[in-house]
Amino acid sequence: MRGIPDMNQVGRKRALRSNGGAHNCGWYRQLVFGFGARGDSPQMSSHPHLATSEWTLDYPPFFAWFEYILSHVAKYFDQEMLNVHNLNYSSSRTLLFQRFSVIFTDILFVYAVHECCKCIGGKKVGKELTEKPKFILSVLLLWNFGLLIVDHIHFQYNGFLFGLMLLSIARLFQKRHMEGAFLFAVLLHFKHIYLYVAPAYGVYLLRSYCFTANKSDGSIRWNSFSFVRVISLGLVVFLVSALSLGPFLALNQLHQVFSRLFPFKRGLCHAYWAPNFWALYNGLDKVLSVIGLKLKFLDPNKIPKASMTSGLVQQFQHTVLPSVTPLATLICTLIAILPSIFCLWFKPQGPRGFLRCLILCALSSFMFGWHVHEKAILLAILPMSLLSVGKAGDASVFLILTTTGHYSLFPLLFTAPELPIKILLMLLFTIYSISSLKTLFRKEKPLFNWMETFYLLGLGPLEVCCEFVFPLTSWKLKYPFIPLLLTSVYCAVGITYAWFKLYVSVLIDPPVVKTKKQ
Amino acid sequence: MEKWYLMTIVVLIGLTVRWTVSLNPYSGAGKPPMFGDYEAQRHWQEITFNLPVKQWYFNSSDNNLQYWGLDYPPLTAYHSLLCAYVAKFINADWIALHTSRGYESQAHKLFMRSTVLIADLLIYIPAVVLYCCCLKEISTKKKIANVLCILLYPGLILIDYGHFQNIYNSVSLGFALWGVLGVSCDWDLLGSLAFCLAINYKQMELYHSLPFFCFLLGKCFKKGLKGKGLVLLVKLACTVVASFILCWLPFFTEREQTLQVLRRLFPVDRGLFEACLKTFLFFLFCFTFLSLLPACIKLTLQPSSKGFKFTLVSCALSFFLFSFQVHEKSILLVSLPVCLVLSDIPFMSTWFLLVSTFSMLPLLLKDELLMPSVVTTMAFFIACVTFFSIFEKTSEEELQLKSFSISVRKYLPCFTFLSRIIQYLFLISVTTMVLLTLMTVTLDPPQKLPDLFSVLVCFVSCLNFLFFLVYFNIIIMWDSQNGRNQKKIS
Repeated sequence: MRGIPDMNQVGRKRALRSNGGAHNCGWYRQLVFGFGARGDSPQMSSHPHLATSEWTLDYPPFFAWFEYILSHVAKYFDQEMLNVHNLNYSSSRTLLFQRFSVIFTDILFVYAVHECCKCIGGKKVGKELTEKPKFILSVLLLWNFGLLIVDHIHFQYNGFLFGLMLLSIARLFQKRHMEGAFLFAVLLHFKHIYLYVAPAYGVYLLRSYCFTANKSDGSIRWNSFSFVRVISLGLVVFLVSALSLGPFLALNQLHQVFSRLFPFKRGLCHAYWAPNFWALYNGLDKVLSVIGLKLKFLDPNKIPKASMTSGLVQQFQHTVLPSVTPLATLICTLIAILPSIFCLWFKPQGPRGFLRCLILCALSSFMFGWHVHEKAILLAILPMSLLSVGKAGDASVFLILTTTGHYSLFPLLFTAPELPIKILLMLLFTIYSISSLKTLFRKEKPLFNWMETFYLLGLGPLEVCCEFVFPLTSWKLKYPFIPLLLTSVYCAVGITYAWFKLYVSVLIDPPVVKTKKQ
Repeated sequence: MEKWYLMTIVVLIGLTVRWTVSLNPYSGAGKPPMFGDYEAQRHWQEITFNLPVKQWYFNSSDNNLQYWGLDYPPLTAYHSLLCAYVAKFINADWIALHTSRGYESQAHKLFMRSTVLIADLLIYIPAVVLYCCCLKEISTKKKIANVLCILLYPGLILIDYGHFQNIYNSVSLGFALWGVLGVSCDWDLLGSLAFCLAINYKQMELYHSLPFFCFLLGKCFKKGLKGKGLVLLVKLACTVVASFILCWLPFFTEREQTLQVLRRLFPVDRGLFEACLKTFLFFLFCFTFLSLLPACIKLTLQPSSKGFKFTLVSCALSFFLFSFQVHEKSILLVSLPVCLVLSDIPFMSTWFLLVSTFSMLPLLLKDELLMPSVVTTMAFFIACVTFFSIFEKTSEEELQLKSFSISVRKYLPCFTFLSRIIQYLFLISVTTMVLLTLMTVTLDPPQKLPDLFSVLVCFVSCLNFLFFLVYFNIIIMWDSQNGRNQKKIS
């Protein structure tokens, strides 16, 4: 029976992922399946445990192979964790291995940051090391609060994957397009969430790589189309896909793989609404339904009792506003992406334009996507860091996006011991980013207007209310989802605003044909 | 970058490291019947909250002194009382008389850790920040780097947040630091008040009392004992007496109360009272005082801020090396003054602070704090190397040994390799420490000598500390000659 969200159930499910020991529950289970499944035979679908366990492999094949390699190292740490029957297994050695594997794979991320720092130019403000754009960028990327929280506390391998993405961006900046394309293709087969930014890659490579020259006013020169380049790009992508999906095609399991990768049976929003447009939509729906109930416009019996913030990922209906289908979200996303793609096609500004388009694609997909997880905001934040040290306008947008995006990650860590850590780390990153970018652009107009300042300062009282005041009130039992709802909606406002501002700046900027210096 | 942004970031880094270390297990976790010193702290809250003041230090049916009886001065008791009030507000079970023995829960652990962090934030950290801001002749960036390195000192973090052995060391050290700050900046009354509070918090701070006394006495002499000096002396005496009375007020009502408290603080009836032991103790006492007398006399005759800090180091180190029944964590009393001279002699200070952390290795391993200690030590070392470039400051002048080596060269003209010797010694010392750590962690000691590794650690640390004792005393004694020469020149 659907009822008020059972917070105990939510709590228990989350407790499986709680701090320290068991945050890795979900992920080393994948290790188990990687080993168990691969060890015997690459048949993901027929393995009986996959149907019963709550943590199953839902990433593309390359990630599975990655886990397979890890499992071979894992057996030197603790043999027990690789037993398929050992669900919820946790030991200190397992933990050690998991944490060290994340730290080790972050080496790729560090290398990628190094390459990115080489690509950005940046003006010389002062002679001090700490005021150089390269230094600021490296700190913003390496000590990114979101990445730290998600990878090292919540536990995932995002550092490694973002390293791949940043590396491919750096290669495109360095005009090594084939490498960039190859890296991105590999990345897609590691984690399919990067499909969000695939249009940017596709259009940019087509426009700026396959058409080798432009006319003097910057528009396209059709006769400079290079078949060789198109075919070589296509070949690279095809080979990578073949390597990844080939085995499953041969075993006739492609359908199963795709149904695991794109589970549209899940609801519009995650248990905790990602702060995107649909969070605002849901919020509005709730407000209207409450008003409607009070003013007797709606019949209480006809309203489905399920709250949208239930911990279980089910499908549900909106009460006042029209319900949203996956197709609708896809259409909205495409419409949102289109202007930036057109900009990239008609006003190519080299790699910098590509980067802006990539960020806009990631943000737009975040805004309108189906079942978006709040971690996906990192897809926009990390590339945006590269832009932030270039122009003051970009720095302003970056700061708003980052601060609200990082704050929206707070519900990922909900146990009491982690509370001081997340507040301290967030304060550290926010204070550093704001002060360093302000110093970098001190000769231009201030980064924030009064409205933005108030909004950002409002995050403090919001946190105090949600984490300290609310649990002590009587509403905790009656409406336990209010802190999540408030966080979601408040951050959604900020992220929408940043998205809008970035879009305006991309569309309005005059098409300047610059050659990128390295 | 503006100053206060950087300072905030540095303080936040310090807090983050502290809280991260505190997420580790504590001593005595889940080990009945005595549990560990975490239980001691909780028990003191129980006692001070539920019993009247007169019974805090006495053995009674409600207060069994054998089970973690109070053995710190009254200020600790008042602090425990304050924490108990907060505990009562959150969950009265934590401090219920008798029934709360051995209480262990996630929430309670969090509460205790938070009290340490808050005490740190209110007392120790502001003292460090203010001290570094008041340092003279160094740039703003160096000051902020100084704060970072002091806040990252592993020993204090591991003991207060990891080990939980008689926590709140940061409170007494913080008060002592306020005392040093006050006295160095010529706010003598406030400084001595702060230091009295420190002594009334933990009696170990008496290690620092002699330098304070000599420095203030020296200041009085300098101002002339017939005029302003006498006034200052009287004012200081009044301040000290008043602060002691204020702290001990409830215990001064009866002579027996005062005596009992003193008996708890200085348990001289531990150990046997045989004649040879008494003689041994007497000689030990004499030796201690002999080793610190020269520095103290010098400080009284020539009071200077710099001499004061170095004398703090050498006195505390003498007491640590030669006293009776010294706990390993008392090295923190030496580490604090060494942190204060970090900007003067970065190389030797960093070396000392590394050795002091290493000397507590057996204690840390007992509480499974290997990972935090390795990580914090490496972080501290990297911070010092980066911000102070310690390896470039190993010349004689940088080590403040110039006047000493000049004097020696009068008799031994070939004595030019002092800095190189010291660098080699550093290398040997660090290598030995790393090797010993690796051995202790990976190997099992032989059956006949189960404490082999602990004893080796003690032995190596002791050698290092003796070297440092000699070094600091040399600096103090030869500093005057340099000062006098400079005065002659100018």
